[in-house]
Amino acid sequence: MSTLLEVKNLHAIYGQTRALHGVSFSLEEGGITTLLGANGAGKTTTLRSVCNMVRTEGEISFAGARIDGKATEEIVRLGVAHVPEGRGTFVHLTVEENLKLGSYTRKDKAEIQADMELVFRYFPRLKERLAQQAGTLSGGEQQMLAISRALMLKPRLMLLDEPSFGLAPLVVQEIFRIMRRINQEEKVSMLLVEQNAALALDLADHAYVLETGRVVMSGLADEVKNDEGVRRSYLGY
Amino acid sequence: MDFVIQQITSGLAEGAIFASVALALVMIFTATEHLNFAQGEMAMFSTYLAWTLINAGVPYWLAFVITVVISFAGGVTIEYVVLRPLARAPVLAYVIVFIGLLVIFNSMAGWIWSYVLKEFPSPFKAFATGSNLIGSHQLGVIAVTLIVLTALFLFFKFTPLGLAMRAAAQNPVSAKLVGIRVGWMLALGWGLAASIGAVAGMMVAPIVFLDPNMMAGILLYGFASALLGGISNPAGAVLGGFIFGVLQNVPTIIERLLNINVIGNELKLTFALVVVVAVLTFKPSGLFGQVRIKRV
Repeated sequence: MSTLLEVKNLHAIYGQTRALHGVSFSLEEGGITTLLGANGAGKTTTLRSVCNMVRTEGEISFAGARIDGKATEEIVRLGVAHVPEGRGTFVHLTVEENLKLGSYTRKDKAEIQADMELVFRYFPRLKERLAQQAGTLSGGEQQMLAISRALMLKPRLMLLDEPSFGLAPLVVQEIFRIMRRINQEEKVSMLLVEQNAALALDLADHAYVLETGRVVMSGLADEVKNDEGVRRSYLGY
Repeated sequence: MDFVIQQITSGLAEGAIFASVALALVMIFTATEHLNFAQGEMAMFSTYLAWTLINAGVPYWLAFVITVVISFAGGVTIEYVVLRPLARAPVLAYVIVFIGLLVIFNSMAGWIWSYVLKEFPSPFKAFATGSNLIGSHQLGVIAVTLIVLTALFLFFKFTPLGLAMRAAAQNPVSAKLVGIRVGWMLALGWGLAASIGAVAGMMVAPIVFLDPNMMAGILLYGFASALLGGISNPAGAVLGGFIFGVLQNVPTIIERLLNINVIGNELKLTFALVVVVAVLTFKPSGLFGQVRIKRV
């Protein structure tokens, strides 16, 4: 397996303050890596850094090429689909329009249509809601739409920022099951930020633990799960 | 009865121009939350370009198309050269830039073409309407406006580029995350707004005559129309324009029917503006605007 995303000595700067202090991690092609940590640890900032949505210093390479300093939309065009915190759907547009925007950068019309069908296989509920305004969907449906929109990009890497946020446990389970299928069936690598550490460690193969902008621990998800400190701080038993 | 119909149709014709200006303002407003005070002067400048072309012997409709295209390019250029460097500037910086653009276009037009009123041809004089209820130019103005509006509607509703522009205006962050080049969408918006303004200028010039200050009032009424209809809603702003146009003739109609003379011709726009203020007092987001709710 080759390295798809490599981050070296990443610093993120908001105005006068630094939110990350030299974070390094890498992600294998086809894998799922999760970033864990408490509120304010820098998980979301790390994700935003990959897409150049905050000012950064350090090196970020995607598929062997440096992407730090590139415009967000150009990074997206390389196949990096970011499902942001709060889902970031276009609430005034219809579900169909949201999905079409997902494939905005692609020119392969026939395949786009096929991917639309693919999305409906994963999330049949969206098909019933095609003409509905995205803002009128339930929280779970909006998260499904956000993931579907990301899928319509035909990405190599999906960045997922707290997909479980604000959703009922059953819905979360459903969404995580489908994320696993997308990873396996569509060969989409994933970088997952989650508050729900147990859930994230079940899905991921690698994990990094962040504390106040630094990586304090990393390893295979199973190892991290069995670590005494992680168990106490993040798993709560 | 004829008098009433006449007043309404002439109101609609003027309303069509207010509607175009309102739409141009709203296009930039929805994307940036800024009001382009220079929109009217840009339109005036475009109209002078058309006048120059026509005087040089270019056929009217060719000059019309060339003007629309040049205005589009001009709008894109202004966004790219003047506004993009302001990307994170405070609101007041924008206000100053818009006022600066207004003054620049106004004085440039005066300098190049002088402040002497110029006659601007109407392309619709050739067809007589055969009716004394509506003049051929008025009918033409309404028709052209409706064509422009329909074309824009189809563009925004059914083309991928139109969809991308709407997405960029509504949620620039998410738009970037699907790979839309948001900066360019904004520049295209400026181009479209400049083109719509150019059409409005060419339509109004035969009525008010061409001079560097011809759009000053129209910009104001266009703005009032946009507020009346709802500045966050392009369709509402357009309707607002037509409503405003007809509204200004309402006192004349009433006075004629009652055979009195209170408001007269001079105050008819004032009357319309008073009504707009009254409506906004009770419905601040306009007749068709979305009420903004912010969670705190």
